[in-house]
Amino acid sequence: MDKMVFADKISYDYKAYDENGELKGTVRALDGVSLDIKHGDFITILGANGSGKSTLAKQINALLCPTEGTIFVDGKDTAEEENLLEIRQSAGMVFQNPDNQIIATVVEEDVGFGPENLGVPTKEIWERVEESLKTVGMYEYRKSSPMRLSGGQKQRVSIAGVLAMHPKCIILDEPTAMLDPQGRKEVIRAARALNDVEKITIILITHYMEEAIYSDRIFVMDEGKIVMQGTPKEIFSRPDELTKHRLTLPMATQVAYRLKEEGIPLPDGILNRKELARELIKIKEAK
Amino acid sequence: MLKDITLGQYYRAESVIHRLDPRLKLVGSLVFMVSLFLFNNPICYLTAAVFLVIVIALSKIPVKFMLRGMKGIVFLLLITVLYHVLFTTGTVIVEFWIIHITYEGILNALMMFARLFMLIVGSSILTLTTTPTKLTDGLESLFKPLKIFRVPVHEMAMMMSIALRFIPILMEETDRIMKAQIARGADLGSKNIFVRVKGLVPILVPLFVSAFRRAGDLALAMEARCYNGGEGRTKMKVMHLRLRDFISMYILALYLGAIIVLGIFFKGLPAIVCEDMQCGLEFLIAFFKGLKG
Repeated sequence: MDKMVFADKISYDYKAYDENGELKGTVRALDGVSLDIKHGDFITILGANGSGKSTLAKQINALLCPTEGTIFVDGKDTAEEENLLEIRQSAGMVFQNPDNQIIATVVEEDVGFGPENLGVPTKEIWERVEESLKTVGMYEYRKSSPMRLSGGQKQRVSIAGVLAMHPKCIILDEPTAMLDPQGRKEVIRAARALNDVEKITIILITHYMEEAIYSDRIFVMDEGKIVMQGTPKEIFSRPDELTKHRLTLPMATQVAYRLKEEGIPLPDGILNRKELARELIKIKEAK
Repeated sequence: MLKDITLGQYYRAESVIHRLDPRLKLVGSLVFMVSLFLFNNPICYLTAAVFLVIVIALSKIPVKFMLRGMKGIVFLLLITVLYHVLFTTGTVIVEFWIIHITYEGILNALMMFARLFMLIVGSSILTLTTTPTKLTDGLESLFKPLKIFRVPVHEMAMMMSIALRFIPILMEETDRIMKAQIARGADLGSKNIFVRVKGLVPILVPLFVSAFRRAGDLALAMEARCYNGGEGRTKMKVMHLRLRDFISMYILALYLGAIIVLGIFFKGLPAIVCEDMQCGLEFLIAFFKGLKG
């Protein structure tokens, strides 16, 4: 199978407990989700809070196993115990809070943590650490303490830590939720570079629509289901549906949509300011 | 504010002592401590002091910086000195009411002072010249043989290094929670000790809750990066004993040997010193009497 991720109608139930710690029942976080992700794709999974997108991310890294259905990561079933390490190595994961995923007190040691766990020989660990830190542009900070880095830099170190395990796919679970706009830009740029240059499959999970515009395909989730899927242009030309699923459009798309409603003949699915400006100039010149 | 506190009081400098293998430094500190307790003899303390001064000079740590750390134990030192001056039996110099000050007492007090002082300075060199991470690595490596007895050495070292990593983060968090509680009208600066202790509760509870949440997140992140215990792990930073480590080992052995030889050879020294002190004092008294007369 040459699919990076292939999920066949997976569901996942969280156990819910009441205040006395007794089982109250289950909450369905994922409900019959099917995914089909090719190698080298840049995928965005969009969804509002509680839509089940983080639960889905943990399925791909085999941190959680589906209650129903099966999911194959790089051709391996996540339900099989012996596949665990291989799956986690081929599908690395970056989490939301940068402070809670950096293990070591020095940047380079943290990047080396993954390869150490895999039993990579010492000399190769150093090569991998150097290479990964250079890829995310953090090489000059290799001796620093993570405490002294900005949020964006910390997240790039986390990405380097995953990269040093030589994954085929990186899942970024809301990597920018706790960052300032500058940090968000840094992280997204690093993720795009990995996809372009290293041909690593990127699965970006976010609720910022602006970050989705670069992806090959977008999945929109709500209430544990995939409710929309398609290219960014296709998705962004359905603003009413997106609003229904508690998502807000990028500013430029919103403006274009309103202008269109007012009768200006703009095309569908404008994603950023540049594109909007270009289209507006076109219309002006045509007049 | 709270962020500036450095843990383990590591002093950054480029020196031979800093570069030594942490395992050697750990063993060295232990040897030094033992050497202080082997003999109660002025000449041994003198040897130890010379050794210590040389090590401090080599470590390039400013003496001021070292002594700053001693402030906390001044009280302890004073009590020890007083205890020995007042409660040692022997040849009496001054006697009034129930207090007898003896020559042996003064000598003992001086030696105890030297012993404690050097003990603390000696062990602080270890933490001043070794980063907490290296210290943990050194401990893990030294205790590795205990694995035969199923002591989870790797896990303990991992816990220690994670604790070290999270101390500054939790301190920042404490700072933030304190500010948040003050903003809501919590009285943290009260002079009444009971009010202050009670004020800690709304700080500690959220701190613990957040620490547990962080621990959960961290465990997940470690698992996602294929961590599953010490089995089959390789090390990024492997410790090698270098020439300087072997030379230091040799010097350390020489030092310990010197202490033992001197201690045995000059066994009668404390008594001689006491006699000398007595003679000296008597001479001085006679001298001043002569001056008066």
